[in-house]
Amino acid sequence: MSRLISTVSPHFHRPRTTRSIMLDVIIALAPAMIASVIIFGLRSLLVIADCVAVCIVSEWGFEKICKKENTVGDLSAVVTGIILALNLPVGIPLWQAALGSVVAIVVVKQLFGGIGQNFANPAATARIILMTAFSGTMTSWAVPQPFNMTPDAVTGATPLAMMAKGETESLPSYLDMFLGNTGGCLGETCALALVLGGVYLLIRGVISWHTPVAFIGTVALMSLVCGKDVLAQVLSGGLMIGAFFMATDYASTPATKWGKIIFGVGCGLITILIRFWGNFPEGVSFSLLLMNILTPYIDKLTRSKPLVGEVDES
Amino acid sequence: MKLKGIKVPHKKHTANCPPVRLPVPKLVTIPMSMHIGRPAKPVVKRGDRVLVGQLIAEADGYISAPVHSGVSGKVQKIDEMTTSMGFKVPAIVIETDGLQEVSETVTPPDVHDLNSFVDAVKQSGSVGLGGAGFPTFVKFSFNNDANAADAVVINAAECEPYITSDTRTLIDRAEDVFDGIDMLKKYLNIKHYVIGIENNKPEAIAKAQELAAKTDGVEVKVLPAVYPQGGEKVLVYNTLGRLIPKGGLPLDVGVVVINVTTLAFIAKYIQTGMPLVEKCVTIDGSAVKEPKNVIAPIGMSVGDLIEAAGGFKGEPAKILYGGPMMGIAVPDLDAPILKNTNAIVAMDEKEAQPPKVTPCINCGACLNHCPLRLDPRAIARAYKLGEAKDLQTLCVDLCMECGCCSYVCPAKRHLVQTNKLAKGMLREYQAKQKAKKEGEK
Repeated sequence: MSRLISTVSPHFHRPRTTRSIMLDVIIALAPAMIASVIIFGLRSLLVIADCVAVCIVSEWGFEKICKKENTVGDLSAVVTGIILALNLPVGIPLWQAALGSVVAIVVVKQLFGGIGQNFANPAATARIILMTAFSGTMTSWAVPQPFNMTPDAVTGATPLAMMAKGETESLPSYLDMFLGNTGGCLGETCALALVLGGVYLLIRGVISWHTPVAFIGTVALMSLVCGKDVLAQVLSGGLMIGAFFMATDYASTPATKWGKIIFGVGCGLITILIRFWGNFPEGVSFSLLLMNILTPYIDKLTRSKPLVGEVDES
Repeated sequence: MKLKGIKVPHKKHTANCPPVRLPVPKLVTIPMSMHIGRPAKPVVKRGDRVLVGQLIAEADGYISAPVHSGVSGKVQKIDEMTTSMGFKVPAIVIETDGLQEVSETVTPPDVHDLNSFVDAVKQSGSVGLGGAGFPTFVKFSFNNDANAADAVVINAAECEPYITSDTRTLIDRAEDVFDGIDMLKKYLNIKHYVIGIENNKPEAIAKAQELAAKTDGVEVKVLPAVYPQGGEKVLVYNTLGRLIPKGGLPLDVGVVVINVTTLAFIAKYIQTGMPLVEKCVTIDGSAVKEPKNVIAPIGMSVGDLIEAAGGFKGEPAKILYGGPMMGIAVPDLDAPILKNTNAIVAMDEKEAQPPKVTPCINCGACLNHCPLRLDPRAIARAYKLGEAKDLQTLCVDLCMECGCCSYVCPAKRHLVQTNKLAKGMLREYQAKQKAKKEGEK
């Protein structure tokens, strides 16, 4: 008889793995990816494929060079690639998208220790870096044009840019904004698809409601207080993708319930500050990055008190 | 305030199996340490003939328990054996003769007041049968003139997957349980009794409710089947709303907690005088051919037990004392059934393979499921960095090792194991701090 296996309890584990969580996120992102193809044409797929491929290769290559265990199988690089692609305009040159992917994986994620260790959201940080480096292509918003493969399509302004300039009469209808039929990044325009994905993540228990509700709620409330068009503010820009898919990133956001609420409210406030009073028309990425920095403190501040009972300390 | 917990698969396949008595094995190996406290001291020697119920080892010191034989036969040897916890203890090996002749010392004890009751419980060799193995009499040894305790919680939660031996106690021996309650009422002078039981045991609940309706002061509290409902701290909180303080005992909040099978045993002992020599054990798991409940003498080997109960289905890869959440892996098939063994779970190769550990993704599942609101993620970090002081702030010594954190972890990290190691680090640190303080004086 062979020796019996001897390990410490527990001897049961729930079937959930990191890989299955990431797979759920990919499934949740599918509506937004499909919407991006319908809205901006097949080039969307090219940008997504580009980012995903470069993310995977960067992760594999970095781990190979550093002689670390290959973690491509956990699918987190795929998720980063998709989210980054959805945060780029459809007309972005592929090499710029690829550069962004390398930054996201190598600089933001791997140099800080790989999965779970990065303090900042890889996609949000890469988007900010691309925006600073290539502000031209990063703010050249293609007008929705299905089945278009050429990068130099007709460009126009995003609803947020219109609102920032006060051109409210040229704003698209609420329905168009909800369906994503406006200028913007690949995956951020279609609120319907993002909410669908978000609801899927909630049902699957991948995310909790606290962050998206706090984030979107704060933006809505502050828009109301500041006398802005609440619905347009909520439906436009990167708010939906940010609230459901980026502010809920495990590694760079708080793990506690109250921490998530504080994080969401903080993101909402910074987004509003930038949108209404900042130089940029959109502030979701910046708000994420700034709140990412506060995450360890929020986590510590909101850690629940262990149930020690009434202990006599004498 | 609600305590967190987890939903685990119940796997109570054997809930409808009344225990069957197994034939006596050829050999039993009875370790001297089947309880928390000092090992018992053997009082028999090689070649002695022993009978069923005969004392073979006496308690050594206050927190200890005597040991009796469950078989008649000859002492083959007194050997040293390694327990599943890795300690070396003496064990009495008895070659059985199959006659099962009962010792004449087995007579009902003379019980008339608290002292004689506690003494009888002590002589019975009783320990906590739910799994902890704490000598039972210690729980009753308090002066209740000052109303130190006003409630007894009877633990019938049985929240571990697979195990149904406590369920069977309530179904088959509810009368013993209620006789036990009557005795506690009489001797401990406590009026309030709560039977805590999970809602996935309808038959046991019905039986308990039927008898409770005829008894004063007994309440059957049906609790949701959320693991670890049967953890002492969790159960006392969920039945009476009292939180046992860190490092404290139920008595600190005026409660006596007793496992339902322990109580049934004590009642039977006081009536018959037969000490703790056999156990109802649930046999289940993916490597077991016929899951069932059996009654076996303490000291019977796990291998003999499963063979007698129908055998293995294929080759077992891992065998546990107890359930899969807190059970202890046994080193080999010769490991004996102990006083506090309530189940033997045998897993096949597929079920036993430990899952692959991947890096922590910071999802927070561990801290969001800890019943005592600890942060296993932060504890693991502090332990890795050797920050014993942080471990103190994080209250790692509060951890009851229930396994919720490890169970929910998507990265399959060894969180319970780390907590155990971190507790050791904290103990060392606290001992050093104490020595330093005393040195300053």
